[in-house]
Amino acid sequence: MTDRRNQPLVSLDQASVMFDGNPVVDHVSLTVNRGDIVTIIGPNGAGKTTLIKAVLGIQPLTHGTIRKAPSIQIGYVPQHLQLQPTLPLSVRRFMALTGAPETDTRAALDRTGIGHLFRKSVHHLSGGEMQRLLLARALVRKPDLLVLDEPAQGVDINGQAVLYDLIRAVRDELQCGVIMISHDLHLVMAATDRVICLNQHVCCSGYPADISHDPAFVETFGRPVAESLAVYHHHHTHRHDLHGDIIEGQPETPHCEHDHHHAPS
Amino acid sequence: MPLLDLILDDFFWRALLGGLGVALLAGPLGCFVVWRRMAYFGDTLAHSALLGVALGFLFHTNLNLSVAATCVALALVLVFLSRSRALATDTLLGILAHSALAIGLVALSFMPDVRVDLTGYLFGDLLAMTRQDLAWIFGGGVVVLGLLWWLWQGLLMATIHEELARVEGFPVARLQLVLMVIFSLVIAVAMKMVGVLLITALLIIPAATARRLASSPEKMVLMAIGFGMVAVASGLGLSWNLDTPAGPSIVVSAFVTFLLVYSLIRRGRA
Repeated sequence: MTDRRNQPLVSLDQASVMFDGNPVVDHVSLTVNRGDIVTIIGPNGAGKTTLIKAVLGIQPLTHGTIRKAPSIQIGYVPQHLQLQPTLPLSVRRFMALTGAPETDTRAALDRTGIGHLFRKSVHHLSGGEMQRLLLARALVRKPDLLVLDEPAQGVDINGQAVLYDLIRAVRDELQCGVIMISHDLHLVMAATDRVICLNQHVCCSGYPADISHDPAFVETFGRPVAESLAVYHHHHTHRHDLHGDIIEGQPETPHCEHDHHHAPS
Repeated sequence: MPLLDLILDDFFWRALLGGLGVALLAGPLGCFVVWRRMAYFGDTLAHSALLGVALGFLFHTNLNLSVAATCVALALVLVFLSRSRALATDTLLGILAHSALAIGLVALSFMPDVRVDLTGYLFGDLLAMTRQDLAWIFGGGVVVLGLLWWLWQGLLMATIHEELARVEGFPVARLQLVLMVIFSLVIAVAMKMVGVLLITALLIIPAATARRLASSPEKMVLMAIGFGMVAVASGLGLSWNLDTPAGPSIVVSAFVTFLLVYSLIRRGRA
């Protein structure tokens, strides 16, 4: 990766989204640079999908700002797609809806390994094939930023690792930035540059090796999960109660500055 | 044009022409109803058409115009209310559908000087189709088909996946609005033919029949148009020969076609 790397593609500054007065995304600041793979993890209802939609520009912010690189091309892989079975649709037709010429759509399908399914109906695809089709649709747009919402959902365990490898390879080829939501902690840790643990606000963020030892991470995912990933720990500036709310009296900073002291556990 | 005059002077030919025109519009729109699960929504708009009739009598305006306007207004109310998410959409639709129908009936009863053939509005009166109705069907039809042709890619993409369409730069909210308006226009012209209570059937049944055979969205639309036209022609024939009501006869024909296609295809595959 050359000089183009580290160009900021999208940055959120103190971004909040409120639904009926309740913050779903609370003062989140993050930046995705070209060449980054940023993974958002967090419990259900943590606002991960809402945050992703804010990045995509289809969810307006209540507060805060979003800045995108000029004329940025975004490729989006939505959460496991349920297509209406009443709508007859072939892989070829679905790809053609991107407006790209057929040579490009074929190349994208070949790249994600489903070129042989060109004439098949989208309703006959397996979960993994569907995710590859959606990825191919995103790739054909030659994205600067790839946004994926749980790309490995509905994919078997072997397929998941292959899919994350593919995403990484695509990042290298296109020199794009990647931001994705994932629940597959072990796989994410291996395939990611930066992890953001979200629970409305940014609980903790950092390199995969560091974050699995963060107390906030342990509280969010439970001790067994964290211990299976943990080697060392560091302090956190606030604590959560069982509902994920911040316990009063604890200092709160919007994106927590952790005082790391890396002690072996 | 003496030949055209000859045809338009005959009520049966007027009915057939009008019916085929409506089938031409109901095909693509019915596909959207099936794809987007808008059957109940279509029903609600159709029910509100009767309110439009009442309003048309009240303000002495053209009935087609007032029906279309009422449908558009109700569609906008529905879009607005469903965004607030206070009630489930089907509850909301149920409330509005039957309230609009009831208000329409009550309003009509307040106009004693207006003698309305209610059956005609509820079940259609195809054989009473006038030249002016034909002009509405084909004039409105050109507008509707033109819009669909122009916006086809965006409408299709928004139907497949709304958010994906938005990210890919399609103006999804505006497209949905256009689809609502088209819907209202088609209901206004189709009401004359099959009536308020049977419009949804005319939209859904040919499209559902076509789904069994079609391999692409466009083929499904063309087949839905074809099946709709067959239903109109055979329904009218049935009505002519057996003196059955025209609107229900068309729906029965569509239903028989549906049954035939589904049973034959299933047998073929088994």
